[in-house]
Amino acid sequence: MTRLATREAVKARQDEVERRGRGLGWMSLGLGVAQLAASDTVRRISGVDDSPTSRTVVPLVGARELVHAAGLLTSRRKGIWTWTRVVGDAMDLAALGIAIAHRGGRRRRRLVGVTGVIVGITVVDLLTAVQATRPERTGSVRAARSSREGGSMELTATTTIRRPPPEVYAFWRDLDNLPTFMAHLEEVRATGDHTSHWSASAPFGKNVEWDAEILDEATGERIAWRSTGNADVPNSGTVRFVPAPDGVSTEVHIVMSYDIPGGAVGKAVAKYFGEEPHQQLDDDLRRLKQVLETGQVVRSEGAPWGKRARKEFPQRPAQPLSDSDLAKGADA
Amino acid sequence: MRANTWTGRNKVKVRDVPDPRLLNDRDAIVRITSTAICGSDLHLVDGYVPTMQDGDVLGHEFMGEVIEVGRGVDSGRLRVGDRVVVPFPIACGACGACAAELYSCCENSNPNAGIAEKMFGHPVAGIFGYSHLTGGFAGGQAQYARVPFADVGPLKIESDLTDEQVLFLSDILPTGYMGAEMCDIQPTDVVAVWGAGPVGQFAMDSARVLGAAKVIAIDKEPYRLQMAERAGHTPVNFEEVDVRSRLLELTGGRGPDKCIDAVGMEASHGSTPLYAYDRVKQAVRSETERPHALRQAILSCRSGGIVSVIGVYGGLLDKFPAGAWMNRSLTLRTGQCHVQRYMKPLLQRIERGEIDPTRVITHTLPLDDAERGFEIFKNKQDNCEKVVLKP
Repeated sequence: MTRLATREAVKARQDEVERRGRGLGWMSLGLGVAQLAASDTVRRISGVDDSPTSRTVVPLVGARELVHAAGLLTSRRKGIWTWTRVVGDAMDLAALGIAIAHRGGRRRRRLVGVTGVIVGITVVDLLTAVQATRPERTGSVRAARSSREGGSMELTATTTIRRPPPEVYAFWRDLDNLPTFMAHLEEVRATGDHTSHWSASAPFGKNVEWDAEILDEATGERIAWRSTGNADVPNSGTVRFVPAPDGVSTEVHIVMSYDIPGGAVGKAVAKYFGEEPHQQLDDDLRRLKQVLETGQVVRSEGAPWGKRARKEFPQRPAQPLSDSDLAKGADA
Repeated sequence: MRANTWTGRNKVKVRDVPDPRLLNDRDAIVRITSTAICGSDLHLVDGYVPTMQDGDVLGHEFMGEVIEVGRGVDSGRLRVGDRVVVPFPIACGACGACAAELYSCCENSNPNAGIAEKMFGHPVAGIFGYSHLTGGFAGGQAQYARVPFADVGPLKIESDLTDEQVLFLSDILPTGYMGAEMCDIQPTDVVAVWGAGPVGQFAMDSARVLGAAKVIAIDKEPYRLQMAERAGHTPVNFEEVDVRSRLLELTGGRGPDKCIDAVGMEASHGSTPLYAYDRVKQAVRSETERPHALRQAILSCRSGGIVSVIGVYGGLLDKFPAGAWMNRSLTLRTGQCHVQRYMKPLLQRIERGEIDPTRVITHTLPLDDAERGFEIFKNKQDNCEKVVLKP
């Protein structure tokens, strides 16, 4: 199938799930209103009109149905709301089970009938819920920004810097400058015209090192690189320096991909510990802009450690630092 | 040093904190001679602005003497010994926003831009003493403050004007002025200002200076309305009269040509059910604003008029009258004040005697009494309009 056809198929499936979700929402609304407004009739039909408990339970179930309805009819994310219905079904079936066990004759037959209907509805709910929460393959912003195969990750980020392209290019091309604004980089050392040695901090206090080479460059316009040899974190990327429409600024566009150690699991764990790669790269470019436009990474009392600021969250109070705070510095 | 700090919702406390140090090369340290409590500080203290932390030093209206400069500060612009008023938005002077004179949207001065971006779509400038969303900078209700980009923002005062005459160039005077400037005032204009607090008073004075035919003050505190009336503006007490009919009366049925919301997110108003609705929604955090003044300004404004918003909003609001706004060709303009843009021209207006900023000062207290200052300002006790603190 072509990419476009795949996208259309996904879209059609989503539309179907959306429609079914809305249908279930209307059903919840009807049930909820009936159970609240005509709870005695509902109790009689279900065969539980003999129990005082049901006088409380039926309207409560009705109120719950209204919550499902509100969620399903108003939310764009039907998935989570269809799951609330599945949970509701489970509760109802449990309650019906208890009611059946305590009854015989006409009331029991009615209860069994109602239970049959609920089982049918549960199947529909379950199917819809599963489909609605199946991960999207195309169309989301996140998907456009990163594609993942195993532990390999592609990132893009962009910023506009009020400096001419040759200056921004020259700053980047002097690779020693990169650690001044890239949070994870400890050191980049040129080892030849096109080769360099990099060291960086990784999650859990680990350090990683690798060699890299510039594959392709156009002065003032573009630098493409990749790691070489047996890198801990194999990576590659391109950074482009494009004149902005204002005639004085540079748009910096970066695309990079790297293999996170530990594959998909490693990535999930790293994210859990606050290392959100998109955010990291956005912040790196923000600091590049600060350095080129103002001379330094900007510090506040709440975030005093420059490029390490993000690791400090929640921040220290916005209050001047004491001598010992300052002495502890970024290691604090 | 002594500094007034946020310690939780509805709680401030003056305590000892370390003296500020230079953190960036273009920083300066200012010994503060006068500082003030701003209406927007109340939004922080009342707990409506997220990302406050226990111990944050408050205050964004301050002035004083430069006692130390970093090695990156251009000595042609600022030196030790200079007397300066410090603008509340921190601006780098070099980014695209600063080049466009949109200083409160500076792209570089907020180290927590990533958080601000999630809240607002794009980041905003750093602000002194104004939550971590705007950078986590220590504020100026203190004996000393660190001022970043000291060669960009601070305005040197070289004449012998008193602190009280120039202090409000840091925020409320330019804020009020920008509110009026955004109205493109014509000589035939009737301008209505919601809120007769200090910013509202300066918006009224600015509208007058910019040539408005008539300026109307809307509030419920008689002493604030009297203050506006003494300055030559027409008072409307929303607890005594129906605002809409009174405005129609005052404008021959047209409605005010220009409307300024100098109230913001914590409006109180005459209509009890509507107030209760907003109060409850705000309390359960399902809207962050009580936008009554804004709603009323939009509904009152003449067709084709301008609604200028300088009252602070922080998040999301309900029941925005989009129908009135769209169908009646209204223009909505707003912004945190780009103070740096207005400081020099307004200083000249003060020197020429066109505006007297001291008229709003009702209380001058020592810094150590900041807690009491917040109390009387918030509760409008003792006819309080503006509190100046002396460290």
